[in-house]
Amino acid sequence: MEKFEKFTGLVAAIDRANIDTDAIIPKQYLKSIKRSGFGVNLFDDWRYLDPGEPGQDHSQRRLNPDFVLNRRPYENAQILLARENFACGSSREHAVWALMDFGIKVVIAPSFADIFYNNSFKNGLLPIALDAELVDQLFNELECSDDYRLSIDLEKQVVCNPDGVEMTFEIDEFRKYCLLNGLDDIGLTMQHADVIRAFEQQYYERLPWLK
Amino acid sequence: MHVKSGKCLTWVTAMAGKTLYDKIWDLHQVRQDDDGTSLLYIDRHLVHEVTSPQAFEGLELAQRPLWRKRSILAVPDHNVPTTGLEYGITDPVARLQVDTLDQNCDKHGLTEFKMGDLRQGIVHVIGPEQGATLPGMTVVCGDSHTSTHGAFAALAFGIGTSEVEHVLATQCLIQKKSLNMRVTVDGEVGAGITAKDIVLHIIGEIGTAGGTGHTIEFAGDAISALSMEGRMTVCNMTIEAGARAGLIACDQTTLDYIEGRPFSPRDEIWQQAVEFWSDLHSDADAVFDREVVIDAADIEPQVTWGTSPEMVCSVNSKIPDPAQEGDPIKADGMQNALDYMGLEANTAFDEVRIDKVFIGSCTNSRIEDLRAAASVVKGRRVAAGVKLAMVVPGSGLIKQQAEDEGLDRIFVEAGFEWREPGCSMCLGMNADRLEPGERCASTSNRNFEGRQGQGGRTHLVSPAMAAAAAVSGHFVDVRDL
Ligand code: SF4
Repeated sequence: MEKFEKFTGLVAAIDRANIDTDAIIPKQYLKSIKRSGFGVNLFDDWRYLDPGEPGQDHSQRRLNPDFVLNRRPYENAQILLARENFACGSSREHAVWALMDFGIKVVIAPSFADIFYNNSFKNGLLPIALDAELVDQLFNELECSDDYRLSIDLEKQVVCNPDGVEMTFEIDEFRKYCLLNGLDDIGLTMQHADVIRAFEQQYYERLPWLK
Repeated sequence: MHVKSGKCLTWVTAMAGKTLYDKIWDLHQVRQDDDGTSLLYIDRHLVHEVTSPQAFEGLELAQRPLWRKRSILAVPDHNVPTTGLEYGITDPVARLQVDTLDQNCDKHGLTEFKMGDLRQGIVHVIGPEQGATLPGMTVVCGDSHTSTHGAFAALAFGIGTSEVEHVLATQCLIQKKSLNMRVTVDGEVGAGITAKDIVLHIIGEIGTAGGTGHTIEFAGDAISALSMEGRMTVCNMTIEAGARAGLIACDQTTLDYIEGRPFSPRDEIWQQAVEFWSDLHSDADAVFDREVVIDAADIEPQVTWGTSPEMVCSVNSKIPDPAQEGDPIKADGMQNALDYMGLEANTAFDEVRIDKVFIGSCTNSRIEDLRAAASVVKGRRVAAGVKLAMVVPGSGLIKQQAEDEGLDRIFVEAGFEWREPGCSMCLGMNADRLEPGERCASTSNRNFEGRQGQGGRTHLVSPAMAAAAAVSGHFVDVRDL
């Protein structure tokens, strides 16, 4: 997992509550054998006017010109702004994979579905929960700008708007540590690689038939 | 049995006897965090085509090597066709998954029983069959019915794709210990009562959430009397009782089954192992967080009538009536299930006609299951109204053995289809599935809505009961045939 560095990124907004995982990545794509390449299918039903299938050449499909991620410059958005209960629904990690594959690094919303929130950290995506009024304010500011950017500083736990106004957010210390150091579960366990090796040595001495 | 690098156990638990679960856990605990999360060492990792591709890709993206390749045994099962193998897999998604498994295994040099290999079969059938599941092991697989392997006094449970990747990379899992529960089945079961009836009866008693948060140890005379096949059937369905893992103590039956299998230890090492395994039972003074005792004599042949394995009763009772249920929420759930199943309350089971019969799945596709079904079918014919009756052996080796014993002829002469090994109609991922509204007597483990095909109606039964239904055209007490 990559280390989460401080950055300033373009914000795309979807003004909806309860955006579910099926909207983020429709279920026909869950059958895939991949965890990468889902970016073209992010918000598939909203993004394209024709129905999509796995394995299709998506560059040939009809884009919905009204959908935000199809409009310039939002194909380069790194921050997504949405309303309450973002990513409710399935437990599968595909929703996180699709967002990240598209290039989204941060999602800001008043609240998130639990499983998605947990899955995000496992993959290096930062979900930021801000008060509904603050989120509302961000939506308003974005309305009045063609190139609305926010700065995200995880170390200091602040979101900073173009005028330099800082908004702090809460995050579990351990999760913050893992994101900042690029540690996923495997990375964390690998910090104990020596302990595992030592364990193996005594283990196979005692239980040679498992060797 | 103390953990070297882990934290010291508290004085109290060190004094009390240990459960079988405690013993296996302690043996495998690599380290423990202050919050009680442990790193648990994994001995055997079973891999199949559906839940592994993203795990392998994840490793590749992060450029991580596999920790211990020899712990892995791979096999395609969920998607493989059970007829026309010479044409390969026609569904492109299924084919891609199986091909990807083959490629990943070839690339990393992993042991895999590919399609066409006699040893190929359902992952939970082939592990024990090969001696790849041994007492005292931790066994994981990206599939919830991994609990099956608990029959060998192995701590076995299903894991998700990220955990598959974690085990591939580190040979460990991050786990919290569960609570201990014991289900004792006292006494002897009546003639004609099988392991499937025992476990369905248990789930009927404790419910599908009865084991949540616990590891269940099955004990008692009725359990010890079971063959390994029967014990696997019981442990297989532990997950349907809400517990991720089920366990049965190691005894002579276990050793007799394991000895001489391809992956089993031999000679002096076998002796050494047997000595070690003799401790794989709960201590007499071990304390369980929860105990349930069931009288074996109460168990009758079971049939599920609803859309959850706990919606089960004796074939000799009538379909339950929601009007008799005091709890309105439960009554509602019952009514919904009956509506989905197309059943009227208070109907006798012998009035419930079936369209299809499926004998197979990791619950009931072993040689003993096929023998039990064949002994009922012998000299009889599949009833006129039954559209399809199929037998899907759990592995190529089981299929071969059944053919050597002439079981295939008994089935075919009676009008059954005799198929190639795989998961098949247990979950309908390949072409074998129920059409909307079709009713099936099935030896599998899940009767959820749509499990065997959209709109399909599944009744879980034992192999003998499925065979009896096939030749009668409706459910019937196999003992009355
Ligand atoms: S037979 Fe059924 S329950 Fe068993 S592994 Fe296959 S799909 Fe899962």
